[in-house]
Amino acid sequence: MLMIFGYPAPLMFGQLLLGLINGAFYALLSLGLAVIFGMLNIVNFAHGALFMLGAFVAWGLLEFLGIGYWPALILAPIIVGAFGLLLEKTLISRLYKLDHLYGLLLTFGLALIIEGIARNEFGSSGMPYRIPDALQGAMNLGFMFLPVYRGWVVVASAVMCLATWLVIEKTSLGATLRAATENAPLVQAFGINVPRMISLTYAGGVALAAFAGVLAAPIYSVNPNMGSNLIIVVFAVVVIGGMGSILGSIVTGFGLGIIEGLTKVFYPQGSATVIFVVMVIVLLARPAGLFGKNA
Amino acid sequence: MSAMLEVRDLNAWYGESHILHGVEFDVNEGEVVTLLGRNGAGKTTTMKSIMGLVPRREGQIRFKGQETVHLRPDLIARAGIAICPEERGIFASLDVTENLMLPIKVADGGLSLDEIYTLFPNIKERARSQGTKLSGGEQQMLAIARILRTGARLLLLDEPTEGLAPVIVQQIGRTIREIKKRGFTVLLVEQNFRFAATVADRHYVMDHGVVVDMIPNAQLEANMDKLHDYLGV
Ligand SMILES: Nc1ncnc2c1ncn2[C@@H]1O[C@H](COP(=O)(O)OP(=O)(O)OP(=O)(O)O)[C@@H](O)[C@H]1O
Ligand SMILES: [Mg+2]
Repeated sequence: MLMIFGYPAPLMFGQLLLGLINGAFYALLSLGLAVIFGMLNIVNFAHGALFMLGAFVAWGLLEFLGIGYWPALILAPIIVGAFGLLLEKTLISRLYKLDHLYGLLLTFGLALIIEGIARNEFGSSGMPYRIPDALQGAMNLGFMFLPVYRGWVVVASAVMCLATWLVIEKTSLGATLRAATENAPLVQAFGINVPRMISLTYAGGVALAAFAGVLAAPIYSVNPNMGSNLIIVVFAVVVIGGMGSILGSIVTGFGLGIIEGLTKVFYPQGSATVIFVVMVIVLLARPAGLFGKNA
Repeated sequence: MSAMLEVRDLNAWYGESHILHGVEFDVNEGEVVTLLGRNGAGKTTTMKSIMGLVPRREGQIRFKGQETVHLRPDLIARAGIAICPEERGIFASLDVTENLMLPIKVADGGLSLDEIYTLFPNIKERARSQGTKLSGGEQQMLAIARILRTGARLLLLDEPTEGLAPVIVQQIGRTIREIKKRGFTVLLVEQNFRFAATVADRHYVMDHGVVVDMIPNAQLEANMDKLHDYLGV
């Protein structure tokens, strides 16, 4: 059997793949958080709950309306994004004049409410969501078997991250967004409806979380805690990448997923904490994060 | 015929501080009008109030007959007013072209890109540079250029010559005369009244949040003593 650093290759690649999949979710979620933080200056603690909501909406679409995975991949982010729009318009927007701490408290409260309702309605055991037919099975890559769905999750996440990055860095819409994160009043004085742009940015960040939620539905069971399990790590990713950095959140998301996976091979006891160890080291060396601008 | 911009009894506040105490002045279409005054007289606050950028403002600001004092800044911009702020407001995360293209086109009649590049050759040469990597003079050119594109007919220029070398100041002077020739209306804040005299039709003098005097440019020389008094120079 092929060995790498004295470890069997299949084990190595298996954990690397698991790491990449986790990284795919870290990247999508921290990307949404970064977009929201840049524009609203709010740490969106409801992000995990909205990720969970994305999975639930996909499950509900199938269960009650017979709408399958592929349409859900588009519909659930739109539905949850619209819900996010409602939250921003009715609640979050009232807090912009106050200290950022209030936004954090509000979104934390929202997360508790959304998860509480889900737990009340559906219990915490979770419901299965079937992998769509086209993505069933596994591919033999020679050195390992790759479950097709897991490969798809990594590719879909990477494509979505790349697309978001391109929109923000290379389009005129993205230029307006970047400008508004620097100096929103001036951008508004240039004729742009900034309040509306802020609402839509929040909805967009939320839609990314919901997209990740749909991707996650067939992997994890659809359950009320799926967001809160993930979100703590995602916040560590955001801190390591640098608050609000788009590229930072993507690179750090995938990177830390891989580091976590490899730690499972070389030092399994450390796999649950390695990300936080990295966070401490990064914070000591670069308080603004790997990609953050030192203020 | 009434003026293009009529400001009456304008009051403005930052938080609890009452900064403008009944500012009144007019700007006619096609004029270049300056606001002169000492540091802290309220010139920038007046400009920002016209643009809707001061949180609390009361009184009347009529632009082409439309009351704008309580409008949001984006709607004021769409009515046809554009600002070149005192701190220039060049965005660091945008390159020069992105900075130039950022403001919304609100009407026809703005300068075309070709015209802008002819007026400001540096902007074309540095198109891909990060906005804040430009020299101070180039940033000022960019800040003026980007509002010429929009089709706004009233331009608010807040101390465009501040801190710039004499050659650049001359270039900005030429630019202002050129845009006046093209029918734009300009409200200009200046500390340097010698420069102001080369471009303006009339001067308003502000002090402690009110307009205290109006001097036509032709009578500036005759009023030098008074002006020195006002400006404390
Ligand atoms: N954001 C703000 N918050 C509180 N007070 C402010 C603010 N901006 C300006 N002020 C105060 O308002 C007064 C008028 O300021 P303003 O900037 O309008 O003066 P100015 O005439 O433009 O001066 P300068 O020639 O120095 O640019 C000053 O006393 C200033 O301290
Ligand atoms: Mg000023």
